Amino acid sequence: MAWMAWTGPTLVFFSSIGIALVIMTLWEIRSPTRLRRGFLPISTTRGDRFFISLLSAAFIHLLWLGIIGQDVWLASLLAITWAWILMRWG
Amino acid sequence: MDKICRILLVSYGVYLLIPLYWLVMISLQANADIVSGFSVVPEAVSLANFTEIAASAVWRSAFANSLSYVLINSAISLLVAIPAAYVFSRYRFLGDRQLFFWLLTNRMAPPAVFLLPFFQLYSAVGLFDTPFAVALAHCLFTVPLAVWILEGFFSAVSRELDEMAHLDGFGFVEFFLKIFIPVNRGAIGVAFFFCFMFSWVELLLARTLSGSAAKPVVVVMTRTVSASGLDWGVLAAAGVLTVIPGVFVVWFVRKHLVKGFALGRV
Amino acid sequence: MIVKPRRDKAWLGVLPVLLIVAFSAVVPLMTVVNYSVQDVLDFNTRFFVGLEWYEATLTDPRFQAAFFRQLAFSATILIIEIPLGILVARGIPRTSKYTGLIIVLLAIPLLIPWNVVGTIWQLFARSDIGLLGVVLNSVGIDYNYTSNPADAWVTLVAMDVWHWTSLVALLSFAGLSAIPPAFYQAAEIDGAGSWQIFRFVELPRLRSVLVIAVLLRLMDSFMIYTEPFVLTGGGPGNTTTFLSQYLATMAVGQFDLGPAAAFSVVYFLFTLLFCWLFYTSVIREDDG
Repeated sequence: MAWMAWTGPTLVFFSSIGIALVIMTLWEIRSPTRLRRGFLPISTTRGDRFFISLLSAAFIHLLWLGIIGQDVWLASLLAITWAWILMRWG
Repeated sequence: MDKICRILLVSYGVYLLIPLYWLVMISLQANADIVSGFSVVPEAVSLANFTEIAASAVWRSAFANSLSYVLINSAISLLVAIPAAYVFSRYRFLGDRQLFFWLLTNRMAPPAVFLLPFFQLYSAVGLFDTPFAVALAHCLFTVPLAVWILEGFFSAVSRELDEMAHLDGFGFVEFFLKIFIPVNRGAIGVAFFFCFMFSWVELLLARTLSGSAAKPVVVVMTRTVSASGLDWGVLAAAGVLTVIPGVFVVWFVRKHLVKGFALGRV
Repeated sequence: MIVKPRRDKAWLGVLPVLLIVAFSAVVPLMTVVNYSVQDVLDFNTRFFVGLEWYEATLTDPRFQAAFFRQLAFSATILIIEIPLGILVARGIPRTSKYTGLIIVLLAIPLLIPWNVVGTIWQLFARSDIGLLGVVLNSVGIDYNYTSNPADAWVTLVAMDVWHWTSLVALLSFAGLSAIPPAFYQAAEIDGAGSWQIFRFVELPRLRSVLVIAVLLRLMDSFMIYTEPFVLTGGGPGNTTTFLSQYLATMAVGQFDLGPAAAFSVVYFLFTLLFCWLFYTSVIREDDG
């Protein structure tokens, strides 16, 4: 596994995504999601909204990195807020 | 309007054929003739370029290498894709849409993205410079493709087939091997064809994952250009040879092929 | 549409696919992300650098140039191939003994190894031995795709049109064949001309097929590598260097693992975005 060159931060990153997936799965088993229409132009399930949140988080960070710089904690804050809005009303 | 379309079809057909005509023509000429004088119709036709390829150990092993990784890849892809396509076409299950989407992203992902880790991965597991490395790497896009195509075809097969077999006392495995697969052999043929083609046409991963021992045709061809430089005749002849298998296979699946396109898969 | 029964045991069927794709996609992707935050000299000598490579990639003028060049190329070929493909498909006779033959002919370019496509066009367009190059120059047009960027672009676009319009045409033809004859009869009774039939009967019914065609062409042109690599090698200068080629040069040409990895992640995210848009629009078609 040496060639994979793990680092602490990336380990944490992937673990949290893995844990999030497990939680989403368990949540899905406990209370199956329903297709619904929020402020997004398409009907989405909980999983869809989660995926959209992740994807937009990635692009928020990319934009921040490209325009402002490496100090991304504000971008992270923004991404989390947006994710919360999406999950709640999307 | 109808007339315009017909004219467009014909002109497009001609546009398709002219470069192909040129390829075949160059492949039938000696290199000296190609470079020295330009003519639309060849003066002297010879098969010398083809015999040169047939006589060369490098080219022969290159063709053998290409065929072996393409066949290994198609076998693996179909083996894993058939059951998956079956369950996708027959059942809903937890996360099925997400899974299908995820497979699709692999079909869409640029191979260049995976270049770096593939090189490290296959070096680490000791498969570098073997046909298996390229075959497995190509699974990245052939497996999703096969699942996608087969799912379309399988969905079109009535579920009554499954139920009847069940009533007739077939176990699931028996039903699957003896009835379902033979019924869908056309679909499997099309899927095989697409795995074969996409693995056959790929250059970037094949080049990166093969050193000197497992060098495939596509790599030998690009090296013919850069190294010895200018043997255009041999290059064109090799090109003609790589086109033939595709044309040969497509002729056999042409009826199913339109259906494959009709399902919007591929 | 029949509702499929729900059965979670079906997971057994997708398990093999899952394992093989995990091996060939997930593990490599995680590795790329790991590399992208480090300066990797070798696997024992590496330093954590945070998001430095991402910033470097996104602000790299050569990356930006390649990105916009890529967008321009994809847009150009879409504008040409989609309408042309639809019209060519309309020209294919639906029921004729030649239909099969025409389809096989159209399919040929799709079946040629991508590097051979490059080789064919190289042989065809060279100004010393190529039919196109020699003919153009002899009628007084100064054409040389190896030294003139504009010529290189035109040649690449012509090659891509040659290579891929068939895909659009075959998809559209399949879509057209699926239109029930009753629709045409109704239109004829209403006295519709062929343009009106095209506009109000055929085009609306081709929508879902066209969504697929556009997105397949968009994605595949977005990752184009082999054909320009063989034909122009990215030149003259960098004028035809697209994203994949720039990345390949960084990754295996110069072994800049960190920057190449960051580049890969950015590239992959764009792919993911397009792909999601694609999937969403197809699914919406199915639901509607």
